[in-house]
Amino acid sequence: MDSESSRSVDDAVSRLKDVPGGLLPILHAIQDDLGYVPQESVPVIAKALNLSRAEVHGVVSFYHHFRTAKPGRHVLQVCRAEACQSMGADKLAAHVRERLGIDFHETTADGNLTLEPVYCLGNCACAPSVMLDGEPQGRMTAERLEALIASVGAAR
Amino acid sequence: MSIKVYVPRDSSALSLGAEGVARAIGAEAARRGESVTVVRNGSRGMMWLEPLVEVETPTGRVGYGSVATADVAGLFDAGFLEGKAHPKSIGKVDSHPYLARQERLCFARMGVIDPLSYDDYAALGGWRGLRNAIAMKRVDAVAAVTTSGLRGRGGAAFPTGIKWKTVLETAADQKYIVCNADEGDSGTFSDRMTMEGDPFVLIEGMTIAAVATGATKGYIYVRSEYPHAERALIAAIAIAEQRGALGADVLGSGQRFDLEVRRGAGAYICGEETSLLESLEGKRGMVRYKPPVPAVSGLFGKPTVVNNVITFASLPVIFDRGAEFYRDYGMGRSRGTLPIQLTGNIKHGGLVEKAFGIPLRELLYDYGGGSATGRPIRAVQVGGPLGAFLPESQFDTPLDYEAFASIGAMVGHGGIVVFDDTVDMARMARYAMEFCAIESCGKCTPCRIGSTRGVETIDKIIAGRDVGADVAVLESLCDTMLHGSLCALGGMTPFPVLSALKHFPEDFGLDRDGLAVAA
Repeated sequence: MDSESSRSVDDAVSRLKDVPGGLLPILHAIQDDLGYVPQESVPVIAKALNLSRAEVHGVVSFYHHFRTAKPGRHVLQVCRAEACQSMGADKLAAHVRERLGIDFHETTADGNLTLEPVYCLGNCACAPSVMLDGEPQGRMTAERLEALIASVGAAR
Repeated sequence: MSIKVYVPRDSSALSLGAEGVARAIGAEAARRGESVTVVRNGSRGMMWLEPLVEVETPTGRVGYGSVATADVAGLFDAGFLEGKAHPKSIGKVDSHPYLARQERLCFARMGVIDPLSYDDYAALGGWRGLRNAIAMKRVDAVAAVTTSGLRGRGGAAFPTGIKWKTVLETAADQKYIVCNADEGDSGTFSDRMTMEGDPFVLIEGMTIAAVATGATKGYIYVRSEYPHAERALIAAIAIAEQRGALGADVLGSGQRFDLEVRRGAGAYICGEETSLLESLEGKRGMVRYKPPVPAVSGLFGKPTVVNNVITFASLPVIFDRGAEFYRDYGMGRSRGTLPIQLTGNIKHGGLVEKAFGIPLRELLYDYGGGSATGRPIRAVQVGGPLGAFLPESQFDTPLDYEAFASIGAMVGHGGIVVFDDTVDMARMARYAMEFCAIESCGKCTPCRIGSTRGVETIDKIIAGRDVGADVAVLESLCDTMLHGSLCALGGMTPFPVLSALKHFPEDFGLDRDGLAVAA
């Protein structure tokens, strides 16, 4: 962990360690800031909350939201759930994987874009949906997705 | 005088470009020297018309549907600020047939007001229910909830009054109110709309629960996939605190109630109440054994009311208009109204709040207008990923908890996902098992292992080598999951699988009698 990441972890821990059930808020604060939860933060969090490292690791690995590796500069989440499937989400997912040359949970070679699956964005009447950097996008087509990817400058 | 133009801030509207439209309207008004106030309202729930722009005129609000940034200059040219004609005009919004026929109790203010205006909320009946609840004895307030017939809207349909009575009668130094806003079911967004479009109704409902049961602390557990909802809640809570509806002395009642938003982390299982409580305590979202029920020993071991967003959002109207008023809507043991979500492959997708008892067919065709692709509707899934698939022959079933249960289906959280005739039901059955495998908390074996074996078995059926034998294995596996799982995830994943098998055998290589078709 570089000194900046270390400072971010220390800050989250000192701010939230006394909050009841504070482990998830701490992990969120770290990931909001750094984009992921660094492996090296686990012992720091464990010590502050008087938990074992295994317990903290167990929580990090339980939840799909938490990443343990640094993501690309942008994160594209593609909904794989039923309502989106009914409007062609599987085809869209195949298209985006081929277009970016990566599978889900992977990042483009230039470090620009990470592709993740998501199970429902609550935009089911405007399917299929994706979310780019926290902003939902509905009625997605291959063309609109292409424009979206281009807007964040993702090369192959 | 400044003219009010409404552009929704709801996630669905934003996902279709509402932010750009709002900015363009502001810029175009400035360029033309028109005095316009852009209000960011919630969504009316007519999602096929989003972004739906509305203009306040002396005779009511006039709507313009599916507005793109490129339409804005043309709208000004056509005189939309006076509500004049334009190809995108839908006329008076309130008299639109989709809205005019609804029974909006819980969603009465949805899309009408600025979600973060405390005064607009109060002007349209807000806080009256809470004031009435404060004036009642606790035992009477809880009895009113029982009288209203309200059942848990998250999906389990447990009588809310009974849950509250248990919390009220359990002595403890601390009690909690927890809102389950982990709306993970595909095909549902009524919680999200409420949090984004009318957050005060949720805050008021939770505060009523606190006043009625003596709880002083509440949490809203909102999913990480809903960033806009989370921001709206945080802002609304700050306003409610500042105005005295939350905090040390709720509306002068002398009772404290503090409310906090907690973010989930992408685990579907945390929509199960005990797993949600584990997550709130900072742990893995592992399902707890019951008993004890959360009403006796819930969050941090204290008596806890856990209810869904829509359950809480139904309370202000119950306490404002009376339990009998609410109870008089509905059919059988399903009382009141349900915000139904029409989604997937449907022409007019959106939010329809109606009294229980409306037939599925009316929702699909009269409101929904049939499929989006124009092809025949082949199957609908009601109640999320754990809900059964219904064929056309069951479309006359009324939306009622017991009527759905009698055909092996469930109303759940009121989400309806529509599929046209291109759907492959064996694939959908496989997905149900796959989703269970991805989301299983792993505590019980039928769910953890059964779901993976289920995917493998359906793969074999799709491959078509010995369909008859593999279907028998799948049915036996489903039987084990149904009866041996700890919670609804493993226990109900068989519903979509078995209903697909029963109603669409041809997709599994079976004939109509369920016998393997000779290769």
